[in-house]
Amino acid sequence: MPPGALRSDPIAAVTLWWGGRSGLQAAILALVLLGGFLLGSNTLANMERFGITPGFAFLGRPAGFEIGEALLDYRPQDSYALALLVGLLNTVKVAVAGCVIATVLGVLLGVARLSGNALLSGLVQGYVELVRSTPLLLQLFFWSATFQALPSPRQALNPLPGVFLCNRGIQLPAFADGRAGGWLLAAVALALALALAGSVLRRRLGRRDALSGLSVAAATCGLPVALLLASGVPLQVELPELAGFNFSGGTTVSPEFSALLVGLVVNAAAMIAEIVRSGIQAVPAGQWEAARALGLPRHRIMRLVVLPQAMRVIVPLLTSSYLNLTKNSSLAVAIGFPDLVSVINTSANQTGQVLETMAIMMGAYLTVNLAVSAAMNLYNRRLAARGAR
Amino acid sequence: MTDGVLQSAPPLATPLPRWQRLWAGLFGTPLNAAVTLCCLALLGWAVPPLLRWTLLDAVWVGPADRCADAAGACWAFIGEKLRYILFGFYDQDRQWRPAAAGAILLALAGLSGMPLFWRRATLWLWLFGLAAALLLLTGGPGGPAVPTERWSGLPVSLLLAVVGLVGAFPLAVLLALARRSSMGGVRTLAVLFIEVTRGVPLIAVLYVATLLLPLMLPAGAAIDKLLRAQIAIVLFVSAYLAEIVRAGLQSIPAGQYEAAQALGLGYWQSMRLVILPQALRTVIPSIVTLAIGLFQDTTLIIVIGLFDLLNTARTAAKDPAWLGFYDEAFGFASLIYLTVCVIASRYSLWLERRLRR
Repeated sequence: MPPGALRSDPIAAVTLWWGGRSGLQAAILALVLLGGFLLGSNTLANMERFGITPGFAFLGRPAGFEIGEALLDYRPQDSYALALLVGLLNTVKVAVAGCVIATVLGVLLGVARLSGNALLSGLVQGYVELVRSTPLLLQLFFWSATFQALPSPRQALNPLPGVFLCNRGIQLPAFADGRAGGWLLAAVALALALALAGSVLRRRLGRRDALSGLSVAAATCGLPVALLLASGVPLQVELPELAGFNFSGGTTVSPEFSALLVGLVVNAAAMIAEIVRSGIQAVPAGQWEAARALGLPRHRIMRLVVLPQAMRVIVPLLTSSYLNLTKNSSLAVAIGFPDLVSVINTSANQTGQVLETMAIMMGAYLTVNLAVSAAMNLYNRRLAARGAR
Repeated sequence: MTDGVLQSAPPLATPLPRWQRLWAGLFGTPLNAAVTLCCLALLGWAVPPLLRWTLLDAVWVGPADRCADAAGACWAFIGEKLRYILFGFYDQDRQWRPAAAGAILLALAGLSGMPLFWRRATLWLWLFGLAAALLLLTGGPGGPAVPTERWSGLPVSLLLAVVGLVGAFPLAVLLALARRSSMGGVRTLAVLFIEVTRGVPLIAVLYVATLLLPLMLPAGAAIDKLLRAQIAIVLFVSAYLAEIVRAGLQSIPAGQYEAAQALGLGYWQSMRLVILPQALRTVIPSIVTLAIGLFQDTTLIIVIGLFDLLNTARTAAKDPAWLGFYDEAFGFASLIYLTVCVIASRYSLWLERRLRR
């Protein structure tokens, strides 16, 4: 059958998908459906026995429990739906921060692992082995215990000016005006968008055309600054200061979040370092030699010849390590950070709506997973296409 | 970073002697010298206090108040709590049973690693070994039964990991075959199960097994909590193992399938006699990697209130008489995990070299 025929004839497509042995397949499907029906009817019967009404109506009821840290304005009298959203946002927060920091750290470690410096590469190898051979939960317990064992605010460690480490968490400088952070984020996003648009345009138009590198750079730096100035928000930075028994001013990162983030980053960076190392080593030595024969200096060989080829090995593996980090963030429940699983667990225990809460949890993780895979697949396709051109 | 430090990739025309290469790597360029000095400074900052804590200032024997005065680690705590950390709440005078069960499980895993044992008879060895280990743990024969609530410590970690992998195996092979089947309905079922399971964290699956599974049973029926965790682990692992097996199936050249068909073998016969033996052999290193991850992931049963090695180690430091020796407890537990996992990963590397030959 020609490939075009499939698209025009849905019945043929379905027949091809279905394959043969209809009796066997129908029997297997019927068995699965029957099993699902039995389990489902048992669940409904049991829920009725315990006096629980199936359905998602409980989402509108007040949750009644505190959540230690929330990106939204949340109070115990708010609904379960809002509580779950707060948990989901906490998961997303730690996952996004973790992926970004772990990538930077992992790439640096991977390159360090390949360096000719035996001491440096040995140290990195030891770190990778240690992290990969102990359970993540054990590492998280260790970091959690470490952050709890920090001195009290009065004897807080002060590694950098304006940064304090104590058992109440990490105290960081912050903008005095709460809106400044949002505007700064918008400015950074604008700068990134401008830089991306500039590089794409320059490639399309040819480098020496009207759009010079200087004008792109000027726009990338100038417009966001102009945006910040136009917003009129005071960009005053406030340092945390000891007042009585605690810090005032600045912003606080809770010890639970810090422990979770540090644990996840330390773990994922080891995996990413190995991915980067194997990706760079997968580029055949002939590529290095050919590039050297062309007279390219070392850093340009890396940037123009080796990295683009290594990226094709690295990106799919990087995707799965981002997904792992996101899923691993569910270990938060064991060290007291209110992530999605933790909020779901509390909600399920309070309401007894186990079926619904579990469905929400699975659905949320599947959605996040699909979103990350889709984004990374898009990037991967661009990479592959660039090589083919 | 990449400029002066990266040295390894391009092979040099005339290789220098080993020590010269080492020296060039360490102090050849100013950047390398600076990096080396930074590393040395880091080691000098971290290693001496660590050595003092673990060895020089440590207390090896004695009561808890001696530890309170010392600046170093309190290994006396581990000595005092060793039996609790390893075997948890299992009856004090019958702890040879979990010890023997753990030894059997370790021996089974170790023996199966040897190529000599990659044969059908090993299946029987597994069947008898697992039955013996379970019998030992349950307390019979010749003694009162020990309920699973009291099973704890290292044997539980080993049991969950070993049974998790072995139990997942048949399911994984079926799933992998189903995913490569020409039957669309069966294929779709397999894809759905594998992708949904791989998309959610193990903790989510454990919660489903602890909270939802009891609701799904007919009124009056109940499954033991440890068994529920074990079922969750088996199902979770089977999805990952199925993908590994599928990779093995894909690596078998089409000629093998065709040759088996030409011999007149049916589907199941050709799979059992020709395809699977080759496919599984090529993916053993991946299975070992999965097993290492699984052994580490059994720690997650802490969140549903079961006691594995990590949980007994953690709760040992909650004893009022020995309060707060968390660093020692975690250090000891990590030493056990480190030993098992490093041996397994070295074995995996050795195997990969051997299979490539």
